[in-house]
Amino acid sequence: MIVVIDYGGGNLFSILKALDFLNVKAIASSDPKVWEKGRALIFPGQGNFSQAIDYLREDNKMEILKNLIKIKPFLGICLGMQILFGESEEAIGKEGFNIFLGKVLRLKSKKLPHLGWNQVKIVRDSILFKDIKDNSFFYFVHSFYVDVVDRNIIVGETFYEENFPSVIEKNSIFGVQFHPEKSSFWGLKLLRNFLDYAYDYSSCY
Amino acid sequence: MLAKRIIPCLDTIKDNVVKGRSFENLEVIGPAVEFAKRYEREGADELVLLDITATLESRKTFLKLVREVAKELFIPLTVGGGVGSVEDVRELLRAGADKISINTSAVKDPSLINRVAKEFGSQCLVVAIDAKRVFKNKWEVYIKSGKEKTGIDFKDWILEVEKRGAGEVLLTSIDADGHRRGYDLELLENAVSLVNIPIIASGGAGSLEDLYNAFKVGVDAVLAASIFHYEKYTINDVKNYLASKNILVRRV
Repeated sequence: MIVVIDYGGGNLFSILKALDFLNVKAIASSDPKVWEKGRALIFPGQGNFSQAIDYLREDNKMEILKNLIKIKPFLGICLGMQILFGESEEAIGKEGFNIFLGKVLRLKSKKLPHLGWNQVKIVRDSILFKDIKDNSFFYFVHSFYVDVVDRNIIVGETFYEENFPSVIEKNSIFGVQFHPEKSSFWGLKLLRNFLDYAYDYSSCY
Repeated sequence: MLAKRIIPCLDTIKDNVVKGRSFENLEVIGPAVEFAKRYEREGADELVLLDITATLESRKTFLKLVREVAKELFIPLTVGGGVGSVEDVRELLRAGADKISINTSAVKDPSLINRVAKEFGSQCLVVAIDAKRVFKNKWEVYIKSGKEKTGIDFKDWILEVEKRGAGEVLLTSIDADGHRRGYDLELLENAVSLVNIPIIASGGAGSLEDLYNAFKVGVDAVLAASIFHYEKYTINDVKNYLASKNILVRRV
């Protein structure tokens, strides 16, 4: 079972529907007891950094999730990628998960959000982009991006008036700035790659 | 680089796509779910689904249709038609829509734009504007599917719409709509220079060159219905043509 983290903000319908289409059992939950039962966790996008952190601070959910992220395959989508970092310009003074070094910054463009189909330039081989061509298009909706300190975790970059990391991967932790669940064929392929990894991972865990 | 978007629009009654803007000669051309799936396969970047009857009775069947279409669609889905409150928006988002388009109700109560943007975020709010040319470089905003004038100047309205928190503007020229002789490029040019939010051009496309001309003046996306419905052009044809003219599009 795949568990989609319900943090009281995002639209969970799209990701659940995509997982259903890919024939995996998935449920959305805000209950850490359920999170622990997941083979893998997906933190979906849309929403506000501050609101998500405030929600997760209740009942120590943040600590529990932080520990689970380290032992279970984790895919963070959009905001779900951003929360892996220490701080965000969207929420001054709020501490993120601090799993990766770096800050979440506002894109420089005057035209925000960065909305629409943009290309991902593959920086290095990765699990998520297995059999996905360089410069494939994915659907983005965001105004902030992660300014990553350890550049080794970056596997894909996107250009919107400036280059920013759009895909990160380290050990079993994955993050994408775009919405695979809205990115048609290649988005579903990326989710499939994550799920294949997650199921392999659990079988030898 | 960000691609220019091609967005097919499905005007629907019950489960079906219909063609013809005037209510007297509506023609049913097929089930909406099938159209939606076909367009995604052919490379549509988003899809717009409109309830053109937009009555209290049609609301329930439309919600059901949104659910059915959303279930099999993995590109963004915008829905509209008779959306008048934050509650309407919530219902449609829950049914699986990604963005909601509002028009008449935003003109009647502009605070609806602020309220929807605050509750769900600007990214899911498209404000549709129907504009009719008054004279050179001046347009008036119309509501109720272009039937009622408002006395509101288009330029004032688009600025207000952006300020109140709209995520995108779907801009239709009432003069050009349905004539298939091209967009009102001057109107589009004005919109692009006035606001920073994406402009979706609508109304008037009859040829591939018309779509290209809209992108040349700087719009982010074009909405089209009839040129796709009858397979005059497939979405692939459109994208191949635009790519040959050096417009960046996502091809499948």
